[in-house]
Amino acid sequence: MTVHSVVFAACAVIVIFGGLGVVLSRNPVHSALNLVATLFAIAVLFLNLDAQLLAAVQVIVYTGAIVVLILFVMMLLGVETEDDLETEPLVTQRIFAVLVGVALVGAVLAVLIIGGASAVTGMHSVTQALQSGTNNVKQLGRELFTTYVFPLEVTAGLLTVAVVGAVVLSRRPKDVQPIPEPESMTDQGDDPLTAPTEEGAH
Amino acid sequence: MTDNLLLFHLGLGAILFAIGGVGLLIRRNPLVMVMCVELMLNAVNLTFVTFGRMLNDISGQVIVFFVLVVAAAEVVVGLGLIVALSRRKPGANADDLRLLRG
Repeated sequence: MTVHSVVFAACAVIVIFGGLGVVLSRNPVHSALNLVATLFAIAVLFLNLDAQLLAAVQVIVYTGAIVVLILFVMMLLGVETEDDLETEPLVTQRIFAVLVGVALVGAVLAVLIIGGASAVTGMHSVTQALQSGTNNVKQLGRELFTTYVFPLEVTAGLLTVAVVGAVVLSRRPKDVQPIPEPESMTDQGDDPLTAPTEEGAH
Repeated sequence: MTDNLLLFHLGLGAILFAIGGVGLLIRRNPLVMVMCVELMLNAVNLTFVTFGRMLNDISGQVIVFFVLVVAAAEVVVGLGLIVALSRRKPGANADDLRLLRG
């Protein structure tokens, strides 16, 4: 038993039970917390695989940004209701879903068991051979800005589209009506924004 | 690290992917569905890093970088959809997404 094996075993348990927790929790907040555990364990597995930069990015981006964003939306919308997992909206849907999942795992595991290490085919070290230790960060950065510089630029476009899309989607529904003509700046007295508070004071 | 342990990483990735996929199929809360998609993306990330390690190539890790960006964009748009949906109908589930039809 090497250190790598022990770390893998511990993380695999956390990943599987965390994943099941995400799927089976009735409260969405519990799902999010289980997701954090799973993502952390995957970050440790990245360290196990000598991908130091990705482990750090995983913790920062996923648990630090994405899960916090999901939790923020949950709190914004209010999640005091727990989901009802007992009733099945579509009859036998779950059986088929589990069958699909089992078939998926079975297919991949069969390939791995039958093929062994030779199941993974392909040329070795096509772009650049992995360097060990702290060189991982330097190597990844150099690859991103040399070989993969065009995908990196396209990524910038994708992020811009996502931001614009999010802004468009989360507009208030009433904003689709045409904006009225702006009134003159002199009659500040009947500002529609102050009218409800004056009504409430009476 | 031995080849066997790397194969176990691939198997774990497959199991996590299936868990996420089954969750996506059986859950109807859109927030939980987004989280299940995250699970599937992470399973693929794990597989990519393991492949990069098996083939001794840095590209596996570079691709994970791009998957992270796509995941972030997907979460932003997905949560925007969920917020827009919940404004029209609080406590909505995945079936109610048809309310968003223009």
